[in-house]
Amino acid sequence: MDSAHNKSGQEQSPSRRRFLTETIPAAAGALVLAVGLVEHQHSAKALPPYAIRPPGALPEEKFLAACLRCGQCVRACAENLRQDKSRTTAPPAASAPQLGEFISQLAELGENAPLETTVPTLRLAEFGGDIAAGTPYFIPRISPCRMCEDMPCVKACPSGALNKKMASINEAKMGLAVLVDQENCLNCLGLRCDVCYRNCPVIDKALTLEMQVNQRTGVHARFIPTVHSKHCTGCGKCERSCVLENAAIKVLPLSQARGTLGSHYRVGWEEKEKAGHSLIPEALQLPTRRPEEKP
Amino acid sequence: MSKRRTPGQEAVEKKGWLRANTWLLLRRLSQLGILGMFLLGPLAGLWLIKGTLSASTAFGFLPLTDPLTVAQSLAAGHVPEAAVLVGMLVVLAVYTVIGGRMYCAWVCPINLLTDIATWLNRRLEIKGNLNLSRSLRYWLLGMIIISAAVTGSIIWEWFNPVTMVQRGLLFSMGFGWLLAAEIFILDAFVLRHGWCGHLCPVGAAYSLLGFTAALRVKAARRERCTDCTDCFAVCPEPQVIRPALKGSSDVILSHNCLNCGRCIDVCPQEVFVFSKRA
Ligand code: SF4
Ligand code: SF4
Ligand code: SF4
Ligand code: SF4
Repeated sequence: MDSAHNKSGQEQSPSRRRFLTETIPAAAGALVLAVGLVEHQHSAKALPPYAIRPPGALPEEKFLAACLRCGQCVRACAENLRQDKSRTTAPPAASAPQLGEFISQLAELGENAPLETTVPTLRLAEFGGDIAAGTPYFIPRISPCRMCEDMPCVKACPSGALNKKMASINEAKMGLAVLVDQENCLNCLGLRCDVCYRNCPVIDKALTLEMQVNQRTGVHARFIPTVHSKHCTGCGKCERSCVLENAAIKVLPLSQARGTLGSHYRVGWEEKEKAGHSLIPEALQLPTRRPEEKP
Repeated sequence: MSKRRTPGQEAVEKKGWLRANTWLLLRRLSQLGILGMFLLGPLAGLWLIKGTLSASTAFGFLPLTDPLTVAQSLAAGHVPEAAVLVGMLVVLAVYTVIGGRMYCAWVCPINLLTDIATWLNRRLEIKGNLNLSRSLRYWLLGMIIISAAVTGSIIWEWFNPVTMVQRGLLFSMGFGWLLAAEIFILDAFVLRHGWCGHLCPVGAAYSLLGFTAALRVKAARRERCTDCTDCFAVCPEPQVIRPALKGSSDVILSHNCLNCGRCIDVCPQEVFVFSKRA
């Protein structure tokens, strides 16, 4: 539309001038943005350890491609809680307060924080945090998943980021509980706190108490809260209910809670079962070495 | 130089204030109305529409999905469920008829902000010497899709101010205000129409639907034009008007036109009307 102003008197066609003053800078700018985006994704790939995805969420890499950042799961979760008639405490405000407010509210309540918190489980990540902005997550210590049988969050998800193929909430693998502090856990100290165990919705399957001899006294028992990954849903009720100031049992994202065997590793007894017989022709006779024996 | 006349002043004098602001008022009504519909849920428990501008469910059954978000999801390697695809088709169908960037002028919450910034920019008569190409947004749009494919994530949503601000209002804002403030500063003090006119890839994506849009602004009575340039002064994409006033077709054919109708408002000669693509 506008003709080229050849102020310098040079021969420069409009299209060439356009190419130099518009196309190249525009392409360069776009490239800078792309590099920034890719770099950003690189630095923010994993979930921070305190954040857990809703039930049925696809594995994190797939989730980030699928979730449209619409927040409908978050709404469904809050609405469901608001309409829950069995709840005795006051209904929560429908609009979610800022994360900072949540945390300070909880800190104020301290030990008196009601277990059946009125805070909805799911929240939507804000801009400027270390969770992909607009994606749903929850912080078990603030508000665990209530394991709603009809899974309103999954139903509300339009994209498939929360997998509707999950038959029951008990199949959820939101994360995995880990008894991270075996020194301060009251049961490990020899008391019968048992609070996490009693609060586990999959009690005796996901969380068991394993009896051990209390080595310190020699005569007492210790009942160690023990998580079984096959059944743990990662709901976080154990972490929420832990009576310590900082929970000894914590739900972590699966990627952080679990190790991965090398792909070439085989578990001997499983292979034996599969094959129907021992894989080693003759059992090797290895000498038994005891500490006191001199070699 | 003598003080410049305010664009639209003459239209007010000739047609009266209301007729010189009709489309602006309707547009504000639409922008605030849509934002209000989203807000009624969290604020009053009245769920006319659930979700955000990236994906939502209206009246409990009608899925609506932002095509750019779906495009990124597909590029990142996920095939969304049927509801999302249906929602996208609904949105595509609507904007293919009424003009892609009608989204910008009538729906987008950022536009409220950039309109204020532009108003301030005009009041302060800031020229600014940053020179950006208006095609930059299309390059950015392409790069966003490529970035989604490379990272396998809808990575642009970490930063997209359009959805960010709306999500902030509906859920919690976090540092989203920073993004909004940056855009405001850019538009008010650095480059007029800097964001919407040069950078925003969301607007760029919707404008692609404008190539075939049926609803267009037409310089139907262009012989009455007195070259007062008021329309150029108020248009966020002034380059789109000239062909309609002086070129072979009297319809604004450019896909960059927002169908905001402000030119219709401010023209004292009543040159422009909404019409269909002839
Ligand atoms: S299952 Fe958990 S995350 Fe889903 S709606 Fe219920 S409480 Fe919320
Ligand atoms: S409903 Fe699904 S797509 Fe929407 S924010 Fe939740 S997980 Fe993401
Ligand atoms: S997270 Fe804790 S409470 Fe929930 S299932 Fe696992 S062990 Fe039980
Ligand atoms: S260009 Fe972008 S920010 Fe501006 S109105 Fe359109 S979508 Fe909104």
